[in-house]
Amino acid sequence: MAGSQWELPPELCCRPMAFVALTGLDVVYNAVHRAIWDAFCANRRADRVPISFKVLPGDHEYPKCRTKRTSYEWYIPKGIVKTGWMNKHLNLVPALVVLFYELDWDDPQWKEKQSECATKVEIVRTSLQGRNTKVAVVLIQKKTPLPPGEDLVASERASALCSSCDLSGKSLFVLPHTDHLVGYIIRLENAFYEHAQTYYYTEIRRVKSHKEFLNKTTHQLLFVRHQFKMAFLSELKQDTQNALKYYRAAYSLVHELRAHETNMLEIKTMAGFINYKICRLCFQHNTPLDAIAQFRKHIDLCKKKIGCAELAFEHSAWMSKQFQSFGELFDEAIKLGLTAIQTQNPGFYYQQAACYSQDRKQMAQQLCQAGTTYPSPDPLDTQSGGLDFYGQRPWRQGHQSIDPTDPEKEKLGILALQIKERDVPHSELIIALLSNAVAQFKKYKCPRMKSHLMVQMGEEYYHARDYTKALKLLDYVMCDYRTERWWPLLTAILTTALHCAYLMASVKDYVIYCMELLGRASTLKEEQKSRIEKNLFKVLMNDIPEAESECDQSSVGAARSLWTDRMALSGSNELTVEMQDYIPFIQCKARFQSPSFHVDQPIQLQVFLRADCPHPVSFSKLTVSLSNQEYNQWCVVESSGQDSMTLLPGKPRCYNFSFVAKTEDVGKKVEMTGIEMMLGGDSGRCVFLSWRGAGGDAASTQEALQASRSSRRWGRGNEARQELDWDTLTLQHSTMIISRVPRICVQLSHQPPALTNEMFCINLTVQSQEDVMAKDVKLTAGLKPGQEAGLGQTTHVTLDGSSVCDDNAPALLTDVPLGDLTPGEKLEKCVYMKCVSTGPRIFLFHVAYSIDTAVEGRHIVCNCHKDETVTVETVVPFEVSVKFVSTKFEPLEQVAVDIPFLLMTDILSSSPWPLLLSSSSLQLLTVTSSTPQLQSQLQQVVLQTGESASECFCLRCPADTSSSNTVATGQYVVSWRRKCSSADSPLIQTTVTLPHVILESVPLYIYADLPSFGRVRDSLPVRYHIENRTAQVQEVEIAVDPSDAFMFSGLKQVRLRVLPSTEQQMLYNYYPLMAGYQTLPQLNISLPRCPTSSSPTLRRFLPQRIFVKPQGRQPDDASIAAA
Amino acid sequence: MAVCIAVIAKENYPLYIRSVPCQNELKFHYTVHTSLDVVEEKVSAVGKSLADQRELYLGLLYPTEDYKVYGYVTNSKVKFVIVVDSSNTSLRDNEIRSMFRKLHNSFTDVMCNPFYNPGDPIQSKAFNGIVSGMMVQTG
Repeated sequence: MAGSQWELPPELCCRPMAFVALTGLDVVYNAVHRAIWDAFCANRRADRVPISFKVLPGDHEYPKCRTKRTSYEWYIPKGIVKTGWMNKHLNLVPALVVLFYELDWDDPQWKEKQSECATKVEIVRTSLQGRNTKVAVVLIQKKTPLPPGEDLVASERASALCSSCDLSGKSLFVLPHTDHLVGYIIRLENAFYEHAQTYYYTEIRRVKSHKEFLNKTTHQLLFVRHQFKMAFLSELKQDTQNALKYYRAAYSLVHELRAHETNMLEIKTMAGFINYKICRLCFQHNTPLDAIAQFRKHIDLCKKKIGCAELAFEHSAWMSKQFQSFGELFDEAIKLGLTAIQTQNPGFYYQQAACYSQDRKQMAQQLCQAGTTYPSPDPLDTQSGGLDFYGQRPWRQGHQSIDPTDPEKEKLGILALQIKERDVPHSELIIALLSNAVAQFKKYKCPRMKSHLMVQMGEEYYHARDYTKALKLLDYVMCDYRTERWWPLLTAILTTALHCAYLMASVKDYVIYCMELLGRASTLKEEQKSRIEKNLFKVLMNDIPEAESECDQSSVGAARSLWTDRMALSGSNELTVEMQDYIPFIQCKARFQSPSFHVDQPIQLQVFLRADCPHPVSFSKLTVSLSNQEYNQWCVVESSGQDSMTLLPGKPRCYNFSFVAKTEDVGKKVEMTGIEMMLGGDSGRCVFLSWRGAGGDAASTQEALQASRSSRRWGRGNEARQELDWDTLTLQHSTMIISRVPRICVQLSHQPPALTNEMFCINLTVQSQEDVMAKDVKLTAGLKPGQEAGLGQTTHVTLDGSSVCDDNAPALLTDVPLGDLTPGEKLEKCVYMKCVSTGPRIFLFHVAYSIDTAVEGRHIVCNCHKDETVTVETVVPFEVSVKFVSTKFEPLEQVAVDIPFLLMTDILSSSPWPLLLSSSSLQLLTVTSSTPQLQSQLQQVVLQTGESASECFCLRCPADTSSSNTVATGQYVVSWRRKCSSADSPLIQTTVTLPHVILESVPLYIYADLPSFGRVRDSLPVRYHIENRTAQVQEVEIAVDPSDAFMFSGLKQVRLRVLPSTEQQMLYNYYPLMAGYQTLPQLNISLPRCPTSSSPTLRRFLPQRIFVKPQGRQPDDASIAAA
Repeated sequence: MAVCIAVIAKENYPLYIRSVPCQNELKFHYTVHTSLDVVEEKVSAVGKSLADQRELYLGLLYPTEDYKVYGYVTNSKVKFVIVVDSSNTSLRDNEIRSMFRKLHNSFTDVMCNPFYNPGDPIQSKAFNGIVSGMMVQTG
């Protein structure tokens, strides 16, 4: 087979392992032997020594050893390496022959067995005559051997056996077949491995020793051969470092050979072999860069060594094979853990291999045409059926001189090779290599390289006339080139694809490719486009298209008959082509005129079409499908009779559609789901061009973007342009149907801000401006949804303003019917809001109604609504402050039990509107009022902004409440409304909780009875009451300090006792001496039994000073008395 | 001297591509297109480590048997690709760099033209002249 001529021989590609032959084993009939053999060959994992075992019969004939040459003086080598040599050392000549023999040390027939064994050893030795192969004997024993040295019989018999077989002690082994067979076998094979190593070592030495007999002129080939042999033997010895060294030496020697046309092939073949081994070992040693460098060197050295020009394809084939096998080695190394990178991966080598295979194919087509009949006798036939040396010509084996022996034979040989080359399935080889490369590039993130190779694969399938596969591949990658916008490449691929489609007579594909080749992305010349368009029209007319150029004649003939069959086939005359994924020759863009339409307006839709092909295109139908299919009937345009619709090249055309929306669709979107255009007609073939959505194709988005960039620059110029700019046309694929514009007037009047808790009134006025009756007017009013979460709970809306609504009132009143409105009628409504918390709120007033109307003659009922919102701030109407003071209006921190004190309230208005305080009241707890009938002092008081109203209450804490320290005092309730609100509007109760007070109890209470004023030189009687509030007798010391302003009579210093719960009175007569506010004489009181109550604490109950009026004249007495 | 010079937009479509006329033009297009794989990989690798002060010149992108492909990326991600014949061993890295620099300067001039819309194919005569000066002179 000519194709496999370039394959590397398997013995080169395998990993060489020491060859050990096992004899004396009967693996077929003897179970013990079978078990031993299995133990040798089963489970050979990496940790076992690298040996290849073979079972041979005891009398096996090993290859004969030729007599050793003693002198090379007259020897002229015929080639570099013999084809059988590697196989001989791998599989035929063992490094060690092991003889298995069943013999126990205490065998009764020891003597006979011993001599039989010796005979068998002798037979093996004879067969290996002249070779250095070692021989070893393994005795298979039934008994477990004793430890060495203990069995005297054994050691004696062992030495006897050794001497009779002429073996060294190291070559005799014992294998007891007991439980631990595998363990024994592993020990055995390790021993065998050592013997084999020694054998290969001596072999290498032997080959090396030949060197001194060689001379440079006649034995050049032998230098290479010997280095190669040493390297290979080193590999067998598992000495890969030295093997690499020898191979490198061999490689440089092979290039030193005198190269000429006759031996070029042999040199290249050997160089390829050695290079393969070097690269393989480099990868094995984990030095991939060395491997790559060697390979590059190899290629650079051999690239130009084409050899015989008539057989140039051979060189390409060889080159291809070099790249391929390196790629395989590389790939193999990656599988074993090497990491490759994007720019250095096996894919490149497969790709290059494919490239050389393509060269080979081309050269084969050029060189192999002359071929007539195959020469007879076959010049490629050899007597042995194969070659003696690698890389030689069969018709002149062993020939090493520059000129061919027989020019006639040479010619015939070349002819035979050329004829053979014609039968090589080149495309298959190329595709296989390309697909290998594709797999690699996919792995190393090279999507574009992958696409490129797939294009090549597609083209190769096309050449191989497998059009289906070609199309599949091309179609797959086309989209990548389309999205990346490499139009020249896309055009090239499309052209090939069109050829495929034509030759297959695949109508749909043909139409699609034609359309895209006519489109704006195609870089074809005008005349080619014109030809393609004509062909497309032919297909539409159900005619046979013209043949594509560059298709060879035979296939065109086949295609033509295929087309005829297709055309004759009736039915299947319609086909739909999805345009979105291509860049077709007809562009389509559609838009709704507006993103939204009112339901009482007709919806308008435009479809723009443009043809990019050289000739006008006419079509017969254009339809737009919409999301609501009921509208579709309005969006069809069809050519009627003669009047066909035609698109002129490069001239956009616009088709307008309009329809009335259904009232059910208010609030919904209407979308374009697709646009369909029909090419051709009933007479021929119909092609439906179908766009999804609102048109556009694979390139239009990018074009629109680019156009928008330029229009941004040339903004003004663009507007001035009269003509429609195709690229800036934007798609509007959906529109919203919205309700009719309401013609009513909704007005709100109110007085903001709202006050907390009040019934805030908003007055709503609705006036109809419709021409006909507005029916079913409904109001939805209240808090606009979607505001702060808590607002719903603190806002209450009602229509009833007569009383304060409770917390159950909703935040939003929905659908309050307001009846019908005749044209011009006005309607008013009050809505009350109660806001419990402060802050801004948005209130929504939604007035909805329905109305009958007509659009373009169609009668529809429209629902209209109008929304008004208003933001209302809620504020606190007034602040209430409360304080406790003593009867002397001094602030109190603590309240003494059973002693009167004052509560002062202060209402400060913060409302912008005047407030009417209707009344106020106290709801007391714990404390009681000193006043028998509490009456509000604020009744009907009006407060303007910033004004305040105060009240004062005299209170007392009853004596029996001293249990707890602080007590609640109660609540203060104010009822109020806005002053401007009507008299019947409800009053709002605002409750303020009074602060707690701290209670204290006093042991002694002292108070004075004195007139409200004195008069100079008029007696002023003052009575001091001293009450003992304790249950003990209190001793009180009282002293009165003298004062400049008063003279007085009474006890100046006294010590008295007050019994529990009684009081003592002290009467003084003060006699004022000066007018004005005068300090009263100070009373010093001390309680010796109760030291905590000091004089100042007791004195706080007493008045400090008094107003003394001057002494009036007598006649004025009456007037003073009146005052 | 170059056998093919290309300017590729940020979005990886060609803005300008020119090759020596006598050879297979399509092949050069494919070569330039496939080299974008390596450019993208290099640019994204650079982006990770040193964002601001990166080298615009990307060096040899990948060697083929016949050509050497060199790449250069501007800060706005416009790519320049120069394809050189493999046999042309006299060309040093420095010379390639200076070619790219010249190309970049000329490209900047094109971009500065107020009538040029970025993203459109380059049709500038001045740019064309610069490129012609760098191409292999044939015939």
